[in-house]
Amino acid sequence: MAQKYEKAIAVEKDNIVVDGVDVSGHWNRMFEQRVIFEYTPELIEKIASIPNAESFANCYQCAKCVAVCPVDVVGNYGPRKLYRYAQTGLDLTEAPELWLCTTCANCLRVCPKEVNMVKIMPAAREQAILDGKFVPAELQQAFENTAKSGNPLGQPQRKRDAWIQSAGVPVPIIKDLGRPVDVLWYVGSYPSYHPRGIDAASAAARIFTALGIDFAILGKEEKDDADSQRLAGEKGLFEMMAEYNIQTFNKYEWKEMVVTGPHELNAFKNVYPKYGFERPVVHYTTFLARHLDQLKPLLKHPVNKKITYHDPCYLGRHNGEYEAPRKLLQAIPGVELVEMQRNRENGYCCGGGGGGMWMDSFTAKHTTMRLSEKRAMEAASTGADVLAVACPFEVSRFEDAVKSTGNEHVGVLDILELLDRSMRGDA
Amino acid sequence: MNIVVAIKHIPSIADDLPVKGNNVDFDSVDFVLNEWDEHSIEQAVLIKEAVGGTVTVIGVDLIGELDNALHLALAKGADKAVKITADDPAADSHMQAKWLAEAIRGMSPDLVFAGVQASNDLDGQIGPMIAAYLDIPYIGGTSAIEVSNGTATVSKEFPGGVGMKYSVTLPFVAGVQSAPKPPRYAPVSKVRQMAQTATVEKVAPSGEADVRERPLRILKMAPPVVTGHAEMIEGSPKEVAAKIVELLKSKGLA
Repeated sequence: MAQKYEKAIAVEKDNIVVDGVDVSGHWNRMFEQRVIFEYTPELIEKIASIPNAESFANCYQCAKCVAVCPVDVVGNYGPRKLYRYAQTGLDLTEAPELWLCTTCANCLRVCPKEVNMVKIMPAAREQAILDGKFVPAELQQAFENTAKSGNPLGQPQRKRDAWIQSAGVPVPIIKDLGRPVDVLWYVGSYPSYHPRGIDAASAAARIFTALGIDFAILGKEEKDDADSQRLAGEKGLFEMMAEYNIQTFNKYEWKEMVVTGPHELNAFKNVYPKYGFERPVVHYTTFLARHLDQLKPLLKHPVNKKITYHDPCYLGRHNGEYEAPRKLLQAIPGVELVEMQRNRENGYCCGGGGGGMWMDSFTAKHTTMRLSEKRAMEAASTGADVLAVACPFEVSRFEDAVKSTGNEHVGVLDILELLDRSMRGDA
Repeated sequence: MNIVVAIKHIPSIADDLPVKGNNVDFDSVDFVLNEWDEHSIEQAVLIKEAVGGTVTVIGVDLIGELDNALHLALAKGADKAVKITADDPAADSHMQAKWLAEAIRGMSPDLVFAGVQASNDLDGQIGPMIAAYLDIPYIGGTSAIEVSNGTATVSKEFPGGVGMKYSVTLPFVAGVQSAPKPPRYAPVSKVRQMAQTATVEKVAPSGEADVRERPLRILKMAPPVVTGHAEMIEGSPKEVAAKIVELLKSKGLA
């Protein structure tokens, strides 16, 4: 990430007067000439003048953010540094740094000045996209796929519900059911198409069925929530998808929506309300934790494993759910739950948020290792047999990461899969 | 530089292709922009960015939904959009070429681009036929086009890693195989902005008498008969790997 900064000019003076005030200091500090730097504020203002990115200018360089920034652990990054780079000549809208933030929100948690990268990054990225600046090709592909096929994987819409064949239980489609349901289960793109996602979706279908939940899915009418595309800067695409999804959700009568993924939770609960959708939405961990009394007797088979749980940023920090996933894991007989060093509010990002899911090759060029690899190593260091996850982005990310870091002995399983194993006994 | 890009709207194959009679069931299929046309739009915009000029995108509106493709082209950098209101989803590439040529004739273009072919018919005739009707040269299968001082340098790629460069005098028609860069992504907000603000010029199809007779007739359309199938190797990853090695060895590949 070496950059050439040319705009900071060192000025050496015997006596320095700034805005009419002599700042030279006491005579005994004057054994040497003082050096000050004249910075240009214009590149900071360029970002701060973008609507929603105003808080970029709030930074007063305390660096609390850098200490918790997951990207800084594998590179030279963090909101404070971005501010400093801008001060010393980096145009963020044209720099690779623009695409490295995963919007994990750990910086915002500790920032005394409320510099909000979760708003700044999407706004600055949108500006870059609209101005035709550099956008990582693999991210453009994910945008293109979402716009054309309704999902970032580029899979055909007609195959969206093909996974239900492998569930082993009937998965009702709300359109065919023709009646109101208690739970509309929004499956999500990765659980619908990705082979390992399908494993989690199938497990969820079996758990809901065993609990006697009156549920249905949207089937071929379901399309991607596009929240990560929004955070990656494609707001127009997000709005197009949101309009379609809200219209589809409102076609049917249901009491509550359960989502498989935290990104979908964030979209439907926190962002879709701005577009007129305000109906109850919960993540599956919250939903199942609520049914723990009915669920516990079903968990008959012990899963004798040491398990560590990775808090997804968009379930934990963004939506405050830390306990439900842990309650579910602890309800499984035989499970020994161990915590990684960075957990709950300080959980370490897997690198998949904010569009990072689709920029792995690009990110690899600008960091020493993937965030998912760093996290997989942390999971392995706990001595855990299984890294449990609750976000559909994570299974594939961490399965690759345990392999590439030589930690294949650590299994990566969605909490849904672990519950299902305890229920069915094929652990 | 006056660049005209002739585009083609074709049935999408993202979903199953429904067949009705001896043609596609056009009522139950989505139409999308031909993939090669995305490259010819990119090629046109790249030339415009390099040497200036205007890019006009023109296509035959088969089902009344061509505006979507035209707005996309405008969002990517085209300046003008024209649609030929044929309203006939079965119009083949020969009919479309005639209508396109008649509409392009009056535009006195320096360059005319068409996708080298379209996946719906693999006919590859739109470019050559436009060139024939306009009586200007045609060069097909281009991978890069650069223009300077009234002459174009056209690159083509051949099998075996052989490339060739041609010098072509303007005006001419190019069948674009690919742009030198992948087609750019148009942000949805820009496409939507175009949909609200841009005007699409409408032209009636002309020269109908010649082409309505349909020199090409489809006799039969049906899904291909499956003759072979892939062998699925069952077992644990180790067993599968062993079988793959065995197979590769038996075929002399390892």
